[in-house]
Order: sequence, then C-alpha cells, then structure tokens
Amino acid sequence: MNIVKVSRRDFVKLTSAASAGLVLGLQLPRSARAAEGAPFPLGTFVEVGTDGIVTIYVSKSDMGQGVRTTLPMIVAEEMDADWKHVRIRQADLDKKYGRMGTGGSSSVRTMWTPMRQAGAAARAMLVSAAAAKWSVDAKDITVSNGVVAHGAKTATFGELAEAAAKVAVPKDVTLKDPAKFTIVGKKANRLDNPDLVVGKAHYGIDVRLPGMLYATVLRAPVFGAKVASFDATKAKAVPGVKHVVQIDAHGNEAPWAGVGVIATSTWAAMKGRDALDVKWDAAKKDESSATLSAAMHAAVADGGSAKQVRNDGDVAAALSAAAKKLEATYEVPYLAHATMEPMNATASYTADGLELWLPTQFADWNAGSAGGAVGTKNVKVHVTMLGGGFGRRAFPDFAVEAALLSKAAGAPVKVQWTREDDMQHDFYRPASVHRVVAALDANNKIAAWHHRMAGPAINSWMGQGDPAESEVFDKEQLPPIANARLDFANVDSVVPRGWWRSVENTFNAFAVQSMMDELAHAAGKDPIEFQLSLIPAGHKVEEKGVVTYDADRLRRVIELARDKSGWGKPLPAGRARGFAAWFAFHSYVAEIAEVSVDKNGAPRVHRVVTAIDCGIPVNPDGIAAQVEGAIVYGLTAALQGAITIDGGAVQQSNFHDYPLLTIDQMPVVETHIVPSTAPPTGTGEPGTPPIAPAVTNAMFVLTGKRVRKLPIIT
Amino acid sequence: MTKLTINGKAHEVHSEPDTPLLWVLRDELEMAGTKFGCGRGYCGSCTVLANGEPIRSCSTALSNVVGKKILTIEGLSPSGTHPLQRAWQAENVPQCGYCQAGQIMSAAALLMKTKKPTDAQIDDAMGGNLCRCGTYQRIRRAIHRAAEEV
Repeated sequence: MNIVKVSRRDFVKLTSAASAGLVLGLQLPRSARAAEGAPFPLGTFVEVGTDGIVTIYVSKSDMGQGVRTTLPMIVAEEMDADWKHVRIRQADLDKKYGRMGTGGSSSVRTMWTPMRQAGAAARAMLVSAAAAKWSVDAKDITVSNGVVAHGAKTATFGELAEAAAKVAVPKDVTLKDPAKFTIVGKKANRLDNPDLVVGKAHYGIDVRLPGMLYATVLRAPVFGAKVASFDATKAKAVPGVKHVVQIDAHGNEAPWAGVGVIATSTWAAMKGRDALDVKWDAAKKDESSATLSAAMHAAVADGGSAKQVRNDGDVAAALSAAAKKLEATYEVPYLAHATMEPMNATASYTADGLELWLPTQFADWNAGSAGGAVGTKNVKVHVTMLGGGFGRRAFPDFAVEAALLSKAAGAPVKVQWTREDDMQHDFYRPASVHRVVAALDANNKIAAWHHRMAGPAINSWMGQGDPAESEVFDKEQLPPIANARLDFANVDSVVPRGWWRSVENTFNAFAVQSMMDELAHAAGKDPIEFQLSLIPAGHKVEEKGVVTYDADRLRRVIELARDKSGWGKPLPAGRARGFAAWFAFHSYVAEIAEVSVDKNGAPRVHRVVTAIDCGIPVNPDGIAAQVEGAIVYGLTAALQGAITIDGGAVQQSNFHDYPLLTIDQMPVVETHIVPSTAPPTGTGEPGTPPIAPAVTNAMFVLTGKRVRKLPIIT
Repeated sequence: MTKLTINGKAHEVHSEPDTPLLWVLRDELEMAGTKFGCGRGYCGSCTVLANGEPIRSCSTALSNVVGKKILTIEGLSPSGTHPLQRAWQAENVPQCGYCQAGQIMSAAALLMKTKKPTDAQIDDAMGGNLCRCGTYQRIRRAIHRAAEEV
C-alpha cells in the first residue's frame, strides 16, 4: 500500500512526543500525516497532537468533489486552527460519524452545521483547558491560528491538547459570526494535491494486502443472464491462476452473474478469464435501443400508460383557447458513468468477519450488502480515494463480488474490473422521451404546459418507491404556470438504472429549457428576457418555515451570466450564444454557451459563462472546479454520449465507442459565484443540467433547426 | 527474468514477457502511481516515458521495453517539485486525480521537446489523455505555467 502504515501507538513508543509530529510531517505524504505526536481526541471528528497538528476525520467519500478539503476548512474555521497544521484522515465506517453515504451534492450542505459544531466544540475544549491552566475566565481568552491567548499568556493547541481532551465535549456551542470567517470563503488548494502529483494518492485499485490475490470476473454479457455451465480447464492452466469460481447475482443492487478467476497477479487473472469457456442460460434478448425508443414514444403519444403526477388548472381548456400552441418531443439515451478508475474492491473474509477496502460513495450500504452476501454482520470498511464516482460508486456490486471471491479463495482478494466490464455493467442514466405541448396567451405568457414523459425509472429498477419520483421534475423547475400538467409512464427495460451526476435533472432540464427557448422564439422575444419575465419577484417556497426556493436568486444568476457573457453583443461570424438556467440540489445555475457549427452540422463549444448561487461559497476555487467538471460531464453527453442496446446487451465497450470529451474540445469555462450568506448548498451536480439546452439553443440560432434528440453528434 | 531500468534504477522482474508494463509496475514492483484506465491505450492514464517518449504502459508488453529507460510519475522528480508538479498544485488541477499521473507524464514529454508549447501543441500532445472530471482548462494553464518556469 502507498499509505505508510505506522501505527500511532508504535510510533509514539519509538519517538518522543515532542518531536514526533515534525518528524512524521516530513516523512509521510500529507494526507496520511495525522497527529502522531500523541493525538488527543476533541470530539468525534477532531484530534490535536502534542505537536499542534490538527487531524480532521472526513466521513464523506471524495470522488473528486473535494470534500477532503472543504469539510476540514469548516472545522478549522470554527476552531481558529492554523490551516497549515491541518491534516486529514479518511474515517472508517462507524456509526459515530452519522450517515456516511455521499451523493446528491449534499456533503457540504448537510455537514455544514455538524462540522461547524465539531470545530467550535474543539475550540471550546482548548479554551477551557487554558482557562483552568491560567485560572482566568474563559470569556477573556482569544484564539487565533492555533494559538490560545489571554493577555500576555499564550499556549499552542499542542500544549493544551492533553488537558483539553479531559474536558467534556460541550453540547451547546456558539458558532462564529460568518463575517469573521478567515478560511471559509477563500481559495484553498486541495490537501491531497501533494500526494496526487507524485502518484502517492491511495485509490481502491492501489490496495495491497499481505497474501492478497487478484481477481477478474467474466460477467454475463446479456443483462439478466445466468451461468448455465463453465469449463475452467484452460483457465486453470494459465500460470498464476489459483481458483475459478461461479458468482451469482445478488438482487438488483449487484445484478451480475459470472465466473471469477482468482490469481497471483492482475494479468494472470485477466489471461485466465480470456481462457474461460462459459455457457450462459437464455435470458431475455429481445430488447434493443430501437424497441425501447419505440415503447417510450408510444407511451408519450397515447398517454394511456402514463400516470398523472401533477395537474394544476385546466390544461385542455387553456390549450384550446391559446393564441399559439407548440408541440415538441425530446429524447435522450442511456448513459454510462465511465469513471476513470474502473470498478474494483478488496475484501478479506475470515471466520471473524469481513474487512473491506473500497472506493465507495456509500460505505454504509456497501457494508450491509457485502456482509449479507457472505453471511456476516461483522463488517469493517476502509474508504479509499475514489477515481471518480458520479453516482456509480453508490452501488455495492463490486464490494459484494470482492467479499464472495475472498470467501471462496480463503484469502484477501482484490477484484479488478476492466474498462469493458465497467462500460457494459453499469447502472445507467435512464433513457427517456418527453412530449411537451405548451401554449402562449395573447400577452406572450405561458398559458399552458402539458409535459408527458416516459422511460425506465431508477426506482422501478431498484424496486423501491413510485417510479415517477426518481424521474420527474419539481414544480419549482418550471416558472409558475396556471395550467400545468405532468404525466409519467414507466417503461420496462432489462437495463440496470442508477443515479448519474444530477440524475433526472439532465433530461428534464434539456426538455424544459429547450421548450422555454422554443416558446421565446415563438413569442418573438429574447430568450433571456422571456424567461426573466416569467419569474415573479419575491416568489418563495417554504417548507416548515424554511425557504426551499427563492425565485429572486434564480433571477440574479441569470442576470449575472447574461452580463458577464456579453449577451446581445456581436460575436465572430459563425458563432451564436444559447442560454439555459436550472434550479437543482438547492442551488441556482445559469449557463450561456458560445457555439459554432461546422459544415457537417457538428457543434463546437468555444466558451461557457456560468453563474451559480450555492449559498456561502466555502471554497470558491473548488466550486469553480465543480462547475467546470459538471459542464464537461454534461457536454460530453450532449455532444457524443450514448449507450445503445442490442440483443439485451450494451454495444459500447471502451472509449473508442463511448468517447469522452478531450482537451481540444474543451470550451473556456468562466464561473461566477453569487456572494451569499445563505447556508451552503450543492455544487457537484447543479452545473450539469443546463449545458445541453444551452448548446442546442445556440445551435438553433445558427441553423434554424431544433436539436431535440441527444446526443447531437451521432 | 527481465532487466529493466526504471527511474534510473536497475530492476530484475519475473513477470511473463507478454505482461503489460503497467502490471509489472503496479503488481510486481509496487509502483502504483501509474494507473489502469482502459487497457487499450485510449485514455492515457497509464502513460510513462520510454527513452523520453510517452507510451501507454497498459498496452506495451514487458518484452518491448527491455533496454529502454522508463520514467514514471514516481521518478519525475525525487522531491515532487518538478515544475509541472508545482504548477499542477498551483492551478489546483486535480479533482478525483486518477488520470493526473498520466496527464503529467504526457505534459513532461511535451515540455522536453517543446519549451513553450502553444495551445495547439498542447491539444496535440494531450489529446490522448482523458479526464472525466473535466480538468482540461486547468491542465492547459498548468502546462503554460510550468513552461514559464523551465
């Protein structure tokens, strides 16, 4: 393993407490450096060493969104710690940390208050210790940059750590006035950067245990197929191959049946797998992208199978009375997550229980599923770095496989997926078709909106909840329209579905923000002015006294993006701008894309100007990075992303036929963050939804033709 | 047994001659900085230098690199302070970080030949290195920044 495993206990025995921190600080990669100088816990999330090193436990998984930097910033802010002395440790699975699952752009939003409280509590304990030591009133003590002071008396966090740890963790703490923040709101570089640039960051694929074996699994190519029989003779003849075992599917969360090859190296396992002879049973092979598309189009055309989700006013009457009526049908395909690190997991099963090393977004869910598969409730999980997640690494399938393989081998096993495995055995962003009929009244306001959508729902794959709930948009994602109806038809599919960066917002923003643009043009209005005219001033939605949507914040991001983009000003010949805005994950985003189209009709996106309001911007550079990444993720899909099905199997296999955006395709992305004192909200996902309609709306200006089916380039 | 020179050190490895260099580095030599991304040379995550040329170690057999000087992310600079490594940190390039070793090695090969690359030269040299997190504009800035220092 790359992380140097010096147990704290051993190290303290060997080294004097006074010098330990400094020595380790030089020897260990920064992310692995903890408070080795006799660390003292100040609550659940914080340890302070006698060397003054502040170690903060990160209970959320970092898949690139930067929580291993952002969450410590919040703690350090309330502690008044010296940021240079802050180190991080990834928390192992433990109930004491609360919910560890990472998704829905929720880490900073949900951890904002707990992290502030953790930092404030640690600070209060250090202050109490100083007050007792100096026999002074705690109220007269100040803290700054890791130093506690009273008049001329000062003590470092390190000097107070031992005494502070004996103070009871306070339940009620006073949080800082945000106006006094010195860490939150300023650019912080990733704490993992020093490791990342020298190849020392520790991902799931890098786990290495004593006596560990390496496995690959040949999974059924057709969804739902099972192993009928297999001949392992040739595979076992490959040097290094130790075991060949059948793996069964474990429900819809680990739906892959296959044959595992366990060997002394990754390459031996891969060669062994190539030598396998497996007969698969007859699964349903009749599904193709064409049959699915036809079923979705049929469902939105006749509406017979659709279930009404919302129905305000009288849509039918409003449509028949309207001055102008538009009808359009939008369609998007299945998409794969394609994290750069292919799925993998390492497990060590013994009679005592199961220990897992996982690049997972959901340590808690993974532990239950993998433990269940091998019949133990005693499960330990160590979360590694994640080479991308985007929703894919929520699922426990790779953890289940590793557990089963380790049990079968009687040894620790790392299961390594190939890119082909990963591309063809994903939980895909659902395909969907949207038929929107909308009407304008004589004043060019939207008189009616009838939105009927159809697709295979995530919820129907997982067998939980109402299928519509995982697919439809919220009321706030349309402007207030007196006559608005939304229907959803679930369409059967053998293809596993899951959460893909911004989930249902991808296709809903495409359909809604495309139709808004179509209406603007039908009304003869500027698309931005048209949408602004529909946003009522002062409109807020409240739930239990908390404002969950504020239309004025949407207006501000639209105006900011408009003003920064030069909207309305001339562009070089052959270029046009397109606009879209969307509210998701409690954040507000507007994007303006500058696009040209080549002689074959293929677009090139030159520049994207975006404005985001995500509450208090904890780490502004991190937010900009997330917006850049979210745009690339959405743009890749809009331009060239499609998973197609034939014979019940995925046709794509690697990056040659599921191409990712490359550096030469990268637009200049400018991110403008609205200053805010509201609590922080999502940043990882909200930038993804608006980019597809922003690009296709620009293409309409250039070509006069609407792009209503993604991807744009086929 | 195969003799290899990696990051200036001689190694004797026992992997089969058809084993991709990537797995020799990762599994046998425990040099895990070089990453597996696609196994077919499409994504560049596994990029290392062989006699100064960027190669895809996932699809280069051990037998094809005998006698060549291999440079990996672990050997780019002994202290992690190569201008590219400093620039990568200054521009806060990495998100998940998984592709970045390959990105840095491709950029290192570029700067060895082209002291002050243009945007078009960066596109050419880096077009085979995929990043799913979308760090490309920061990669571009970091290469320009490093070029200023070299």
